[in-house]
Amino acid sequence: MKHVLEFERPIVHLKEKIAELKEITKDSEIDLDNEIKTLERKLACLEDDVYGHLKPWERVQVARHPERPTTLDYIKYLFTDFMEFHGDRRFGDDAAIVTGIAFYKDRPVTIIGHQRGKNTKENIRRNFGMPHPEGYRKALRHMKQAEKFNRPVICFIDTKGADPGKGSEERGQSEAIARNLMEMGGLKVPIICIVIGEGGSGGALALGVGDKIYMLENSTYSVISPEGAAALLWKDANLAQRAAETMKITAHDLKELAVIDEIIPEPKGGAHRHIEEQAKAIDQVIESSLKELQSLSVEELLEKRWEKYKTIGDYDIKED
Amino acid sequence: MLKDIFGKKKRYATIPGEQAKQDIPEGLMIKCQSCHKIYYRKEMHKNLGVCPNCDFHHQLNAWERIDSLFDEGTFVEWDKNLISNNPLGFPGYEEKLEKDRKKTGLNEGVVTGTGLIEGERVAFSVMDAGFRMGSMGSVVGEKIARAIERAREEALPYIIFTASGGARMQEGVLSLMQMSKTSIALKRHSEAGNLIISVMTHPTTGGVTASFASLGDYNFAEPRALIGFAGRRIIEQTTRERLPDDFQTAEFLLKHGQLDQVIHRHQMKQTLGTLLKLHRKGASQL
Repeated sequence: MKHVLEFERPIVHLKEKIAELKEITKDSEIDLDNEIKTLERKLACLEDDVYGHLKPWERVQVARHPERPTTLDYIKYLFTDFMEFHGDRRFGDDAAIVTGIAFYKDRPVTIIGHQRGKNTKENIRRNFGMPHPEGYRKALRHMKQAEKFNRPVICFIDTKGADPGKGSEERGQSEAIARNLMEMGGLKVPIICIVIGEGGSGGALALGVGDKIYMLENSTYSVISPEGAAALLWKDANLAQRAAETMKITAHDLKELAVIDEIIPEPKGGAHRHIEEQAKAIDQVIESSLKELQSLSVEELLEKRWEKYKTIGDYDIKED
Repeated sequence: MLKDIFGKKKRYATIPGEQAKQDIPEGLMIKCQSCHKIYYRKEMHKNLGVCPNCDFHHQLNAWERIDSLFDEGTFVEWDKNLISNNPLGFPGYEEKLEKDRKKTGLNEGVVTGTGLIEGERVAFSVMDAGFRMGSMGSVVGEKIARAIERAREEALPYIIFTASGGARMQEGVLSLMQMSKTSIALKRHSEAGNLIISVMTHPTTGGVTASFASLGDYNFAEPRALIGFAGRRIIEQTTRERLPDDFQTAEFLLKHGQLDQVIHRHQMKQTLGTLLKLHRKGASQL
């Protein structure tokens, strides 16, 4: 593990100790097998304890982990013959969103996802996964093409938010996002959305209107980042930890608020610890939801999609 | 301390004496927020909140807006009794809602309904920036979505006047999801061949700009209205770019191709009336 998160330190510490003991037994006559076994049992317990009860802020850390798998990582495991296509035909190509087509088990699908970098250089190229309007318009172009060729759309959501910059405002960031929400609402092919990292506000939602919404166990989805919420509500960005709890942003929270369909479990410690296992878990939900959605007529599909969003919200009716 | 003796003289605020206070009865006069000229409130009101001197468009509340647009006595309100819950159990939220209910006389930050504009029937929503800064939570989203649905069922043109700080933080991701709810409702309305008109008034930002406010067949704005996705301060902090003075104004958006027209408030009713007539069902078949 290259990057160790704060709450993982006790685990790492124990692992180092075990490795140390193993090293000693290798070179000497002393038998430490019992001690090692005890420590390993202890480690398993500790891992269950730490990873089994992650607090919201700790999940934020996992969701932002530099080694967390990205859209392009999952594409390798889930699809074959992936072809990436570029450009919105209006202004440019946005590397913060990847779009393309591939086979999903012999069936053509359109794939759209936010794309962060894993190092500084790549992050700069990909604007830290924060799309410009041209990124959303590229995505829409491919959604429309999916509709034309009757291909399901699979979206991977992983962004801090849409790019907040001068150029983005000039080129209509708001309109680009709004247009996607509207068009995804009426797209005549199944749309499956999976939050794999951070689901940051409108920038995430613009790839997030679909028939099935899933979240990886340690991903987050929120109207504003914990830091932003803390700054706005309490004028102190350092209260992000508290905001992460108050704002209800974890997969479990969203399931409870009836915003998402299912939580996709993660390997112990997070998706980055075992990407193959994670891809398998994602594969299962794609397979089952495609089966379900492709049995619906277009009218049923769209009506169900509308029903899904229509019912989100919490309000009362006051008696006169 | 020495510093106190030699330091700069303190700046004092001038508090008007009791006599001065009594000279102007409260609420009789109003100061223009832009040029600071003082007018009779009545005069400003008659001028629809537009400063007679500098043409600054002051915010109108929901009912002032309705009065300025609808043929007298034709407006009927819908879904008045929807009120917000506190889905996240957010500390202090209920108190804030109660305070704004008292302040504005509204149940929530949007008024929806139907009426006649220049004799043309429309379904209508108007946001009120005085209620939680016009932010969109579950009730605002629900009322707007219901109004759009009803417009679709009755095949009425749908007009929305926006004024909003964006999604309502206290309802978290549920607020965010109102963006999709309202946008899909508009898609259904539009697919049925119905007209959508959006008029953005000061201020329209964040999640509201990034959903229904930008989805009209025609998108208009009032002069000098602030319209944007991200806050100016956030843009300056993240990009360290110098932003032009007119950044995120209606005129800036018009220049960059994001609006159909900037419409003066005095011409609003008439413009909408003409536009509605141009879109009368079957008008092009005559």
